[in-house]
Amino acid sequence: MFAYYLQLGLRSLRKNPLLTLLMVLAIGCGVAASMTTYSVFRATSNNPIPQKSSQLYVPQIDNWGPESNEDNKGEPPNAMTYTDAINLMRDKRASHQTALFPAAMSIVPTDPSMLPFRETSYAWYADAFGMFDIPFLYGHAWTSGEDDSHAAVAVIGKTLNDKLFNGTNSVGKNINLNGRDYRIVGVTEKWNPEPVFYDVINTNGFDDPIQVFIPFTRAVELQTTTNGNNNCNHDPGKGWDAWIRSECVWVGFWAELPTKSEAGAYRQYLNGYSAEQQRSGRFRWAPNTRLRNVTEWLDYQKVVPQEAKVSLMVSLGFLLLCLVNTVGLLLAKFMRRSSEIGVRRALGATRKEIYIQFLIEAAAIGLAGGVVGLVLTGFGVMGVSLVFEPDIAKLATLDVSLVLLTMLVAVLATVLAAFYPTWRAAQVQPAWQLKSN
Amino acid sequence: MLQIKPILAALKRHKAGTILIAMQIALTLAIVCNAIFIIHQRLERVQRPTGMVESDLLAIQSRFVGTQETQAGPLVKADLVALRQLPGVQDAVAMNSYPLRGGGWSTGVRTDVDAKNSKAHTTQYFGDEHALGTMALKLIAGRNFRSDEIVEADPQALPDPAVIIVSKALADKMYPDGSALGKTMYIGDSKTPSTIIGIVERLQVPWNGTWSDSFYENSLIQPVQLTSAFTNYLIRAKPGQLADLVKAAPAALVKTNRMRVIPSERGVRTFAEVREYAYKGDRGMAILMGVVCLVLLGITAAGIVGLTSFWVGQRRKQIGVRRALGATKRDILSYFLTENLLIGVAGVVIGALLAVGMNLWLVTQFEMARLSVTYVLIGVVALLGLGQGATLAPAMRASRVSPVEATRSV
Repeated sequence: MFAYYLQLGLRSLRKNPLLTLLMVLAIGCGVAASMTTYSVFRATSNNPIPQKSSQLYVPQIDNWGPESNEDNKGEPPNAMTYTDAINLMRDKRASHQTALFPAAMSIVPTDPSMLPFRETSYAWYADAFGMFDIPFLYGHAWTSGEDDSHAAVAVIGKTLNDKLFNGTNSVGKNINLNGRDYRIVGVTEKWNPEPVFYDVINTNGFDDPIQVFIPFTRAVELQTTTNGNNNCNHDPGKGWDAWIRSECVWVGFWAELPTKSEAGAYRQYLNGYSAEQQRSGRFRWAPNTRLRNVTEWLDYQKVVPQEAKVSLMVSLGFLLLCLVNTVGLLLAKFMRRSSEIGVRRALGATRKEIYIQFLIEAAAIGLAGGVVGLVLTGFGVMGVSLVFEPDIAKLATLDVSLVLLTMLVAVLATVLAAFYPTWRAAQVQPAWQLKSN
Repeated sequence: MLQIKPILAALKRHKAGTILIAMQIALTLAIVCNAIFIIHQRLERVQRPTGMVESDLLAIQSRFVGTQETQAGPLVKADLVALRQLPGVQDAVAMNSYPLRGGGWSTGVRTDVDAKNSKAHTTQYFGDEHALGTMALKLIAGRNFRSDEIVEADPQALPDPAVIIVSKALADKMYPDGSALGKTMYIGDSKTPSTIIGIVERLQVPWNGTWSDSFYENSLIQPVQLTSAFTNYLIRAKPGQLADLVKAAPAALVKTNRMRVIPSERGVRTFAEVREYAYKGDRGMAILMGVVCLVLLGITAAGIVGLTSFWVGQRRKQIGVRRALGATKRDILSYFLTENLLIGVAGVVIGALLAVGMNLWLVTQFEMARLSVTYVLIGVVALLGLGQGATLAPAMRASRVSPVEATRSV
């Protein structure tokens, strides 16, 4: 029966090819626009570390006071001062914790014919590797002892290892960073969370994967300035020492708190810490702290670009319109065949059979629309770089799940749109039609 | 127009089709109005002038390696000497940033030393006496820096400048009566006044996002040669020499000192490339919205053609009867056009409300401006026109229905 209905459907579709083409194109365009923008939205709203997103937290401490964060609805600054970060590291109230900042590191190759080059580099603590579940290809993270001794050690990424050491095990070898030698203790596997949740502030969420990691303590000892933002509410004064003692915020901080109760305890600790700073006279306001996990943090920092949201909304509106259009065209198409329906009904077809026949015809249109949509989505994904930054654009891909989703949306939407016209078709009174012809 | 009553009566028998067309028109109007508004906003942003003469300008980003972050003064000087000696170079300057680069410095400024809040927000550019010439800014009052006014300074230990050059926008903001030249202002928390010795017609900030919209032409230049290892070189080429300099200038820098990194991505860019990169998102959004609008209008028109054709097909006999009873071709044509106009009016009324509602929602969700009524009016006219245009072909076909149809089997 199914094959027969499909045959009927296809024959009817061939009867007015223009109308059919119109519907297929409308559905194709609508689906393609939605899927293209959805691919960007999906990439940017992705949970980068699902297994731990509710265990990793960003603490915020208000060191500027109500006067300075007026514009920010009373929220504390987005980053920390060096002072607070170091104090939190010293207190070690979380099971694991790290302070971090993007360090401006240039790699000086030993091969004199190669020019120095930059790679994305971060200075953080040994804990970070475990906290962020970073997989190692060779070696391992440095130790907490090496953090404490400001050791000249480094972990490098796979891409850099391929470039400098042709992919061989480079653990134990030296790498020259900013003119100084560091001993490589580990090489990470490709680690590329999207969005780069660990440093949203300086990357807006999207950046090349990190290729160089060095101990935070070492970077600070060498007076390595941050490659990211540095925000001050007052002039920090002159020189390095004044700067790191100032209220300028530039350090990122993460704490791993596996359970809700530990998170609660950490909140109390942050408030206690702020109260202590208030007593000592550094803060002239009541404790104002925040503790946000990965998903809350990405949400708060609005990692999903405005463009992604607006274009998704517009495309969904577009799809809706295409469907309204399809409803109209299907209605015209089905009603034009009233007499055919009348004959079929008179010959014994039940309403249900009419339903099935027309829904199958609609599904065929949906399928064709899906194929057109798929092709257009392919072009759309290629064109994403027109609207979005390259770091974001490269995340939008036409993968298997998107292909399936495109087809599914196309067929489902068309069948849904066909319900009303089909119902009208099934209402056709056989007697009326037979009489009038 | 006398036919409205019978048309309404007829429409009552085609509720579904009528509602569908009205809905399509309403949705299209809502989306198209907002899309065109977004396009207009983006294009307006893209067209902002930087204040510089943008042709023949090259930007190179460089970072010295193996030097203390703040002790690169002599190296920067050597670079500048090398660049300025290059054949094809008219002038060159080392700066912390430049318009449309993306990153830079900003601070509050005051005219009253005791004022608690700043009077305006501005970007800070640091450069020597070559800055004005290299950027080719238009000095509208006062003078350029003299070479003896330039100081070398560590970015972490900046001196308060005795003299500064400001953009007209900033000058007007600080001294609305137009008397800024020769007056003083205080930068950041400084207690030392800086005298305004020159005013340039326009100088845009390094950012082009919405956050800097409130101060996008507030700029000041301090006579400071920074000693940081990270520098942006702006180079003005002699006419016709830019293409050669894209290769020659970075080569000259590497020759002067190879312990440096000039990023392979966006390290060396003509200003045309800088502009293109900065506004890529805005232009892309405008294109996207434009394409969406066109396809939308196309689909709506096609939908109207489809449904009207269907109606015409359904009513061939009735049309035949009317023609036989003396209706002219014109009458039939105007019947369908009026019918579409009635549906269209209902559609645009709902659509206008939808458009405004959609915009209000966008305003609360995103940093977007209020939709002006002009866009809605333009949209209304466009969609009514579109409806009439789309109806024309089927209506013409209807008008050609012969009165003989009336005699065929009823």
